[in-house]
Amino acid sequence: MSVEQSSSQNPPLTANVNKVNLTKKEYTGSPSTLCTGCGHDSITAHIITATYQNGLHPFEVAKMSGIGCSSKTPAYFMSKSFGFNSMHGRMAPVTTGAKVANGNLHMIGMSGDGDTASIGLGGFAHLIRRNLQMTYIVANNGVYGLTKGQFSATADKGAKQKNGAYNPFDTIDICSLALNLGCTFVARSFSGDAKQLVPLIQAAQKHRGTALIDVISPCITFNNHDGSTKSYTYVREHDVSLQELGLIQPMQEIKVDYPEGSTQKVVLPDGSELYLKKLGNHEHTVTDKMAAMKLLHDSAKAGEILTGMFYIDETASNLNEELNLVDAGLVHLNEAQLRPSKDDFNKLMAEFN
Amino acid sequence: MNKNNFVITIATVNGSGSQSANSILLKTLFRMGVPVGGKNVFPSNIAGLPTWFWIRAEENGYVARRDKADIFIAMNAQTLVEDMKTLKPGGFFIYNSDLASSMQPTLEAQAKEMSLHLIPISFKPLVDQSTDSVKIKKLVINMVYVGVLAKLLKLDLDILNKTIADQFDNKESVILVNKKAAELGYLYAEQQLSSVYFPFQSQLTEKNKDKIIMDGNTAGALGWLFGGCTFTAWYPITPSSSLVEKYIQLAQKYRKDETGKNRFAVVQAEDELASICMVLGAGWAGARSVTATSGPGLSLMAESAGFAYFTEIPCVIWDVQRVGPSTGMPTRTAQGDLTSAVFLSHGDTKHPCLLPGNIKECFEFGQEAFDLAERLQQLVIVLSDLDLGMNLWMEKKFSYPEKPFDRGKILSAADLDKISQFERYGDPDQDGIPSRTLPGTWHEKAAYFTRGSGHNSKANYTEKSDEYQFIVDRLAKKWETAKTLVPKPIYISSAEVEKSLDEDINNTQLSVSSSQSIGLIAFGSSDLAVKEAMKLLTDKGIKSDYCRIRAVPFTSDILDFLKNHPITYVIDQNRDGQMYELLKSEFNQICHLIKSVKHYDGTPITADSIMNSILTMENKRCQ
Ligand SMILES: Cc1ncc(C[n+]2csc(CCOP(=O)(O)OP(=O)(O)O)c2C)c(N)n1
Ligand code: SF4
Ligand SMILES: [Mg+2]
Repeated sequence: MSVEQSSSQNPPLTANVNKVNLTKKEYTGSPSTLCTGCGHDSITAHIITATYQNGLHPFEVAKMSGIGCSSKTPAYFMSKSFGFNSMHGRMAPVTTGAKVANGNLHMIGMSGDGDTASIGLGGFAHLIRRNLQMTYIVANNGVYGLTKGQFSATADKGAKQKNGAYNPFDTIDICSLALNLGCTFVARSFSGDAKQLVPLIQAAQKHRGTALIDVISPCITFNNHDGSTKSYTYVREHDVSLQELGLIQPMQEIKVDYPEGSTQKVVLPDGSELYLKKLGNHEHTVTDKMAAMKLLHDSAKAGEILTGMFYIDETASNLNEELNLVDAGLVHLNEAQLRPSKDDFNKLMAEFN
Repeated sequence: MNKNNFVITIATVNGSGSQSANSILLKTLFRMGVPVGGKNVFPSNIAGLPTWFWIRAEENGYVARRDKADIFIAMNAQTLVEDMKTLKPGGFFIYNSDLASSMQPTLEAQAKEMSLHLIPISFKPLVDQSTDSVKIKKLVINMVYVGVLAKLLKLDLDILNKTIADQFDNKESVILVNKKAAELGYLYAEQQLSSVYFPFQSQLTEKNKDKIIMDGNTAGALGWLFGGCTFTAWYPITPSSSLVEKYIQLAQKYRKDETGKNRFAVVQAEDELASICMVLGAGWAGARSVTATSGPGLSLMAESAGFAYFTEIPCVIWDVQRVGPSTGMPTRTAQGDLTSAVFLSHGDTKHPCLLPGNIKECFEFGQEAFDLAERLQQLVIVLSDLDLGMNLWMEKKFSYPEKPFDRGKILSAADLDKISQFERYGDPDQDGIPSRTLPGTWHEKAAYFTRGSGHNSKANYTEKSDEYQFIVDRLAKKWETAKTLVPKPIYISSAEVEKSLDEDINNTQLSVSSSQSIGLIAFGSSDLAVKEAMKLLTDKGIKSDYCRIRAVPFTSDILDFLKNHPITYVIDQNRDGQMYELLKSEFNQICHLIKSVKHYDGTPITADSIMNSILTMENKRCQ
């Protein structure tokens, strides 16, 4: 495939602004207070790039998180967006309430592996089951960074802690779990891989349901040593990219040539096109869920950290659609719209005498 | 002859379909103008365990529970012998003799000893006549005792028939077979029991003309509907589930826009951790947001309650209390969550709580809770209980709410234009309440960052002691403001009690009081029993003034009340006297002026138990 402009270079309308006339600087946040070299900071940068390129306006975005180093990141991007740094493991239900209350909000969620796969596993599962429309990023470092390096539920079996303790339990693979739960957008990436992660975040932001991206994001302070399976070195050595990705915005006049068979195109709800060019030797169709499950299973068995787009389904309805809500959102409804008439009231009273 | 003055207990087996028959009986009395109350005592079980339904009819409106019944309908073989012991001497024990067989001699001996009237009825032939269907037989057997009672109590038959029709939603065939069963019971009583002298009778009155009869959960659901609730998340738990289920029904009917879309959302969450978080998310976004639960769920919501307090998110928890701890006796009533609700969570936290004492207040507080939550930007907890929530109570027809919603200090984009800086956690009006903006507000200054960790008035992260302390001190100031906004107590003296049963007396000050009157403080579903206890005490020469607390934080007039009475008895439906303890810690200068009256066996409180406790303590005090 040759996409003339790769997604990370999607042209803004004029040199320095995007389609909502904002510069990239207007997507930045407060300075990060994370450790220098923390993978999470790279994810922050990629969120900024992706959101800027998608032309989402900060005013329409709500940044959601739980608790953890990863969950602090919403403070470090898009200061002009509302942020909700909630409780440990509670990003999913809090976001559910906010999104149902105001369907016009665009939800970007940032959670950790502890936040999602340990304390928040229940909420995570049920969010997916309801297919709440949001971008759900897990900054996955295999440890609890903020509480100083204890293993999380995504630590690999046999992985070593800094103090030498090793993890005897099987890992929870967030992507496999999400697939099993019916997640309609499942991807994995690496915090250091802008080329792959930026278009994935862009596609996630356009998805109609829960878009999950499990991002391996090394903890430089507590999980970057020999024996760790989530260190920069280990991940670089074992990362197998499934596809090369390119995202083309709607209305962008771009020509794409690709040899039959090796590249898939997924049309996203806003008309954008996500191109997925096969890399390496895994054959995979991203709309085939069973194949995705098998692929994840086989590659994990082979010791690979497989990254890329695993599954997407743009046909399933999301929670707000299922709830059949008024378009304007529930938050601004007034007395006239919410309070039944006096006539109805009298009829109601009559039912009880 | 006791006209419109009797207590009936009906014992059946859970799942036997007695509920509709019992409602028909209760509602017939109600429609005849007889003041009535109805209470269902049921097990935590779907079918097979004993269930009782209590009906109290009382001409003046004293319809709280009484310990003993005048008339018993015994339809449960397992409890026949024990049931008989709950009758007053001289009472009537009407029982299904088909079930008695070997117990017959015991029953007869016991009846003799207690001077009861035994009325054995063989229900089987009567049921057999009314239908051939085995399945229906099991259900209509209950209508036969309704028929028997219709004759004995001289119920108005037109009203009874209309009530049967209403109960079965005008489904012709069902109505027919139920009417027939009732008729057979009636004829049986006419033919076989004509010689029995039955001293209890009902009589038509005009008393209930402007009244309704409803359970508190339904009233609460109506409150949510009219109070502009837009978001609900819940996890089913008795005795709160029926509130949400009723609300869903109502909202589906009354909250559609012209195109059929919903102006409300209800999400059944995966647990209470999630339901309260959803409610927080929605409240933050600007919805009028609520969850209903009971004790175990309230406990699970604790972390979020503290988060809501510190981040100042408006939301409501409606707690229908039941006996605890943990699952406790889930189908029995109590007021045991008061302390945990007020202080729910960790750290420096306290929440305004509303304490509805009747169905009218369930309706009103169902609306007011949202106003208060948005005005104060706080979690507001409404404490109902199983007795109030699930049992049937009479009340004057509610009035149509005309008051606009109080959405509190929400700044729109236009408002933001007018100010130089927006401080999410400031104190612009010196009342402890900050301003807020709603996510999605299209303005440079609108956004802020919500976090449970230390934040300063601009909502920025802080670990500075003075900045943190500013916030928690302001929250304490807000608590003082809440005192001016929550519903004040209602005051009634013993001279006004009788009147208060029939009319709304909403005195937020004591109108008359004599220096000898003792004080009574109670809250929630104890109300009717307290009023009856006041009458019983008056009969014994003790005058009393009653202060019914309707909210926490306490208003200062409560202190005046305590100071103005030689002694005040604080009535709680929990073991440790939680209201008593809260009052003592709030008004510690008057600790010697209050004593605690407690009722905590899982049954609704009675006037007798209140009176007896007070008499014992009064005897000591006045010695
Ligand atoms: C209810 C509760 N329990 C425990 C904690 C302590 N805690 C804070 S962050 C954290 C783990 C965070 O791990 P993860 O989500 O993986 O984020 P990371 O710091 O690794 O990015 C824990 C256990 C808490 N804040 N709340
Ligand atoms: S402790 Fe680890 S996860 Fe936390 S900021 Fe430092 S490097 Fe990142
Ligand atoms: Mg982690």
